[in-house]
Amino acid sequence: MPLRPLSPAKLWRRRLQHYRLEAARCRDCGKTIYPPRPRCPYCGSRNLEKLSLLGKKGKLVTYTVEYTVPAGFREQAPLVIGIAEIEGARILASMTDVDPEELRTGMCVEPVLRRIRSTDPYGVIAYAVKLRPCLGAGHEGGEGEAGGGSKGDS
Amino acid sequence: MPHVYVVGVGMTKIGRHFDKGLVELAAEAYEKAVEDAGIEPAGIVVSNMMASSLQGQDSLGALIASSLGLRYRPALHVEAACGSGGAAVYTAYSLVASGLLPSVMVIGVEKMTDYPTAIVTEALAQAADADYEVFYGASFAALNALMMRYYMERYGVSRDEMSEWPVMMHENALKNPYAQLHKKITRRMVAESQPVADPIRLLDSSPIGDGAAAVILASGEEARKTHWGATVEVTGLGLAVDTVELSNREALDRIPALERAAEQAYQMAGVTPREIDVAEIHDAFTITAVLSIEALGLAGRGEAAKLLARGRFHPGDRPTLNPSGGLKARGHPVGATGVYQVAEITMQLRGDYPGVRVDNPRHGLASNIGGDGSTTTVVILSRRM
Repeated sequence: MPLRPLSPAKLWRRRLQHYRLEAARCRDCGKTIYPPRPRCPYCGSRNLEKLSLLGKKGKLVTYTVEYTVPAGFREQAPLVIGIAEIEGARILASMTDVDPEELRTGMCVEPVLRRIRSTDPYGVIAYAVKLRPCLGAGHEGGEGEAGGGSKGDS
Repeated sequence: MPHVYVVGVGMTKIGRHFDKGLVELAAEAYEKAVEDAGIEPAGIVVSNMMASSLQGQDSLGALIASSLGLRYRPALHVEAACGSGGAAVYTAYSLVASGLLPSVMVIGVEKMTDYPTAIVTEALAQAADADYEVFYGASFAALNALMMRYYMERYGVSRDEMSEWPVMMHENALKNPYAQLHKKITRRMVAESQPVADPIRLLDSSPIGDGAAAVILASGEEARKTHWGATVEVTGLGLAVDTVELSNREALDRIPALERAAEQAYQMAGVTPREIDVAEIHDAFTITAVLSIEALGLAGRGEAAKLLARGRFHPGDRPTLNPSGGLKARGHPVGATGVYQVAEITMQLRGDYPGVRVDNPRHGLASNIGGDGSTTTVVILSRRM
């Protein structure tokens, strides 16, 4: 069965989340939610303000090393998936630049723009923020990773 | 609230039915349930998750009803991923309780074995959030693995303690003639089986299989026309949803929606968790069972796996959990699973269940989960005669 093609319109529609990690903070209950939704999932309020979590650091809450991966991700197996807590929001994303042996809950992680996959049958490439272990002090946001995919799909 | 009874059940053996499609599987469960009840239903509700993605087939209500001689009758299709069955029972109950229809059959049917595992895995992932989870290559097992690691680390639960659940499921399924897997396993085999998404191993995971199950719900008046009469009543019902995405959940070590669905069902039935004699719970993965036990109020937070490892919830104990072998070993034809559960609990209460039987039960419970906790249903059945 061929892979379902990526939709450029769909990727464009999610650009603020996938590229800038735009979340929402509820002005009524104070929760930060990601992905943002039309109403706060905790209290139902529409009184939400946007904020970008790009450039912030957080901690890894839980993770998995996925060996049986879906079609389209085979060359990336095993895939590391984590949930990070950044500024009170939880972010689920795949992880990059990490040796599975180094993973531990509570470790410092930060968002970084990367290529998600380039296996689309029509050549569309998906980019989005992934999580990686925090670079040491003074290296924050360095190494030109925002160029996207400079290290391939890893 | 008017009285609604389960008056007939039918199940197919779960497995690789290369000779049967959706219609043939549904027909087998349908005919068995009609024979069991002695009536034909006024309408049907089909529960199914994957016909659209794996069979290229929508219009399921019409397809199945018209194939079973029910042309011109009302027929619906209810989808809530792996929780479709429970949601369909909830729908059918409301059709009967409202007085709109005297009887409704819920037919859960799933056809999963026409394609290799990678394609089925991709289709199963549609239960999760397409834009924010599946997009990253997260499989359904991976999402559950995130919850499993969080739970084990938070409560200090060992791999060995977690492994007792699948061992008990395989043991219970040995006596279930409808079960997909008839194979004894050990805790060591679970711990050493192939890693799927760490810490989830192959033997923590429910298998892929085809199957169909049917239950007929009827009003009190209609029930009197059936073989079983008003023997088994639906006394409690609860349905609650949560975010599809894990990231916006209230907690990762609980299934909060299931806690709400259970509260609704216990309150409606007027029973407490201590009064449940037998339950069929949703164990797509070991962690799903453990979190369900706690959400249903059958164990305190962080205690379920430890209690299981010490022998609690095994046959002979109250409640006995998953005498069928559960999703793990009876099998998990996803959209049909919630209907299997209700059929099994009905037979336990009637005393004609062909597998591990609970002695003289009064109240039984079925809990079904869609996704990793997004649509949850609890059904409580009580013996009336």
